[in-house]
Amino acid sequence: MATMDVAGNSVEVDEEGYLTNINDWDKDVAIELAKSENLEMTESHWEVIEFLREYYQEYQIAPAVRVLTKAIGKKLGPEKGNSKYLYELFPYGPAKQACKIAGLPKPTGCI
Amino acid sequence: MMGGEVKKFLYMNRKAPYGTVYALESLEVVLIGAAFEQDVTLVFLDDGVYQLIKGQDNSDSEMKNFSPTYRALEMYDVEKLYVGKEALEMRGLTEEDLLVDVEVKTADEIRDLMEEMDVVLSF
Amino acid sequence: MLHTVNKSPFEKNSLDTCLAHAKEGSAILLIEDGVYGATKGTAVSNKVQEAMSKFTVYALEPDVKLRGVADKVMDGVKLVDYAGFVDLAVENDKVQAWL
Repeated sequence: MATMDVAGNSVEVDEEGYLTNINDWDKDVAIELAKSENLEMTESHWEVIEFLREYYQEYQIAPAVRVLTKAIGKKLGPEKGNSKYLYELFPYGPAKQACKIAGLPKPTGCI
Repeated sequence: MMGGEVKKFLYMNRKAPYGTVYALESLEVVLIGAAFEQDVTLVFLDDGVYQLIKGQDNSDSEMKNFSPTYRALEMYDVEKLYVGKEALEMRGLTEEDLLVDVEVKTADEIRDLMEEMDVVLSF
Repeated sequence: MLHTVNKSPFEKNSLDTCLAHAKEGSAILLIEDGVYGATKGTAVSNKVQEAMSKFTVYALEPDVKLRGVADKVMDGVKLVDYAGFVDLAVENDKVQAWL
């Protein structure tokens, strides 16, 4: 089992770097996960991450990109509910990268 | 999927949610399949109706409660959910016991529905 | 003797066979999908209700809750937790699992 070091504590991750246990997540873990993706967290990033955490809490799945885009648009406005905006924040794929930073499992059907 | 012909897919769900892995597998295939923008219909018969029952609570179990995910189906444009009338009745259940909006159909109606489909997937 | 049933009564005949072969006074514990047999208003409720005059019927509460039928359990069915399951297995000299 791989681990990641966060402020002296080691956190379990799978072979692709996703958290093994969703309950290990906190903001420090998120910042560390973002670093492993070469991303610096901004307010805009946190907004999407928080959205994903709430979505998972509610439905117990990580949403597909299409569903994420639509749902973000509804919640945060059309200027954010489009793939251009989300890909600018998470260049390697909003579902995949943002889910990883949010501590969620890899989205079902994510290619 | 871009272009291509839209086919009618029926997912037939007949197993209770936790005793076997069929229900969870079906749900995952439905979610993956939804990305391909096909015309999707879900039918719940026999013990499959238990998949949709309200109040599933895993606080004393090691198993994941995946019932909230059925409420996400609408966002995946999966909106046709049909439940067998006879299956509900045999189990002392009504629509009120279910966690999503469904249409209750008789065996005759479901038989006709199956005939209209291009592809049937059995779980 | 303790009898356990872990299959849904609507899919398998495990519960029927159990009821036909258990000796009066036995303990019958419904677990996993077997707990659907403990619910009210179903096609097998009457049968189970009747059986309760001969046997003590238990259902494993974590499995009942997981399956969303906690508010539908018939009167007279005793809910047990995992520790209760262990107690039943210890109190009884033998266990027959109707799979």
